[in-house]
Amino acid sequence: MPEKQSTLLGASEAPPSVSEWRRFRRVFFQRKLVIFGLVILALLVFTAIFAPWLAPHDPYRGKMSDSLSPPCKKYILGTDIQGRDTLSRLIYGSRTALMVGFLSVGIAALVGASLGLVAGYFGGITNMIIMRAMDALMGFPMLLLALLLASVLGSGIQNVIIALSFATLPGYARFMHGLTLSVRENDYILAEKAMGSSHARTIFKHVLPNASPPMIVLVTLMLGNLILAESGLSFLGIGIKPPGAAWGSMVADGYQYLLMNPVLSFAPGLAIMLVVFAFNMVGDGLRDALDPRLRGLL
Amino acid sequence: MTTYIIRRLLMAVVILFIVTLIVFFAMRLLPGDPLIIFLGQQAGSGTTITEKELEVLRHEYGLDRPIVIQYVNWLTGIFQGNLGTSIHYHEKVSKLMLERFPVTLQLGLVAYVIGNSLGILLGLLAAIRRGTWIDTVTTAFANIGITIPVFWLGLLLMYAFGLKLGWLPIAGFTSPFENLWLSLKQMVMPCICLSITGLAFIARQTRSSMLEVIKQDYIRTAWSKGLKERVIIMRHALKNSLIPVITLLGIGIGIVFGGSVLVETVFAIPGVGRLLVTSVFAQDYVVVQSGTLVISTIIILANLIVDISYGWLDPRIRYG
Repeated sequence: MPEKQSTLLGASEAPPSVSEWRRFRRVFFQRKLVIFGLVILALLVFTAIFAPWLAPHDPYRGKMSDSLSPPCKKYILGTDIQGRDTLSRLIYGSRTALMVGFLSVGIAALVGASLGLVAGYFGGITNMIIMRAMDALMGFPMLLLALLLASVLGSGIQNVIIALSFATLPGYARFMHGLTLSVRENDYILAEKAMGSSHARTIFKHVLPNASPPMIVLVTLMLGNLILAESGLSFLGIGIKPPGAAWGSMVADGYQYLLMNPVLSFAPGLAIMLVVFAFNMVGDGLRDALDPRLRGLL
Repeated sequence: MTTYIIRRLLMAVVILFIVTLIVFFAMRLLPGDPLIIFLGQQAGSGTTITEKELEVLRHEYGLDRPIVIQYVNWLTGIFQGNLGTSIHYHEKVSKLMLERFPVTLQLGLVAYVIGNSLGILLGLLAAIRRGTWIDTVTTAFANIGITIPVFWLGLLLMYAFGLKLGWLPIAGFTSPFENLWLSLKQMVMPCICLSITGLAFIARQTRSSMLEVIKQDYIRTAWSKGLKERVIIMRHALKNSLIPVITLLGIGIGIVFGGSVLVETVFAIPGVGRLLVTSVFAQDYVVVQSGTLVISTIIILANLIVDISYGWLDPRIRYG
């Protein structure tokens, strides 16, 4: 990796931020699937924000006379048993998916990464307790832990967010733990300690900047995973309460009318899949673009 | 190796202990008195209960004791095989679980074996025929497998093969000892759904680690010695490239159990996953508590075995 050598020679040299950014853009936009994913995500966010203007019908109240209508001019994707427009519910469902995804990823990443950081940085008994607790949480399949919590807390979207955050904590904690350990071993940290720098300075100046690129990748990939998990929970009937729209529960609602009106279940499932795929592709693209080991190769 | 095994065993004991703590305290410290929930179940019978009777009941169930004592009693019960009595089914949880576990285990095991072996095979083929159609198809398939909601895949299969083509029964479960042919036909779709996620992950991991290994010098040496491709791949490359795949084998057990909750719901299969879902809606916290405990114990023990075999296969781990 010859282009990085120059920065080692003189500390006074400005970091090559422009070329870094350019390289990021070049690698990131190289693959068509990544661009495809980005377009899907942009559409998703747009749909979620402008749902009231985009939805052709009321997603919560339908006309009983139009119950189970097949796709037609008035209802592009047909209607469910209560005569509610599938397309409108699909559009409003994007809000549920994004809200659950972003909130649970945000909470879990913040708490999990902090736990991992503390465990890795301070070591000893703290490390032991935190990391074994994370291992224990790992022992529950995500859906089962969510079921366990839902059975106590009751259904409801906020409980789904709590449950999913809990279930995904260990991933962030383990990642941050490993990273902190590896950064802590560096000689420049030792040198800084010798000069009397504080823990806070080491953490904010060295550990966190090293952690942020892979963390961005992890968070993006987790967003897809969480939307998938949320759809599973709402398929089971845990999560958003009726008449609220969630893609998973729409699949479940259409289940009984599979033969009469398969679109009811097919459309929301396809939406879930597209969005999860998009997050995965963008996550992969970010990983390629942010991984320093791939510098010079891509 | 012995120290490594002992260390892993001790760690597993600690983890299991924390699991019991999580399961127990999740139920006791969160809002909602279990007794009130229990009484809520009985409310339908029309009997009203006074504050005094509540006290008596509380005493009877040991809920007036310090929480630590309650925990110890509960744990002792578990060790004696007493998983509690279901509020909803009015039966011993151990009996409920024993009836349903074979079903989940049968489907899960078949899906697990198929998923892992097919995943490794596909990943291997994709890597050694990199850039060909096999690689393209496998990569696309793996991407779909990771992103597809399994319950939705179940519906698609049910629609196509059950309702439209009529090749397979749409749902249900039959013991293979009762009617082997029907049992096999009913197993096809649930097993596809249960195996797809694990299969996709395994295929992806095998492909990338295989690509890593076949770049190594010793593989080039093997080629230049004039060995046959089959020998190089099977004897030299595959063994080493499977080491990172082994970690996924442990995770795969969790995927199968998590998936069984959804798949058993879709196909109306009377297994543990279905039991847990019905219990959640019946607010039968005893069943949910014990069920989660049993499943996570299995997963932790399975991961222990995976870790130990990992150390056995890769000396770098056990001396690390």
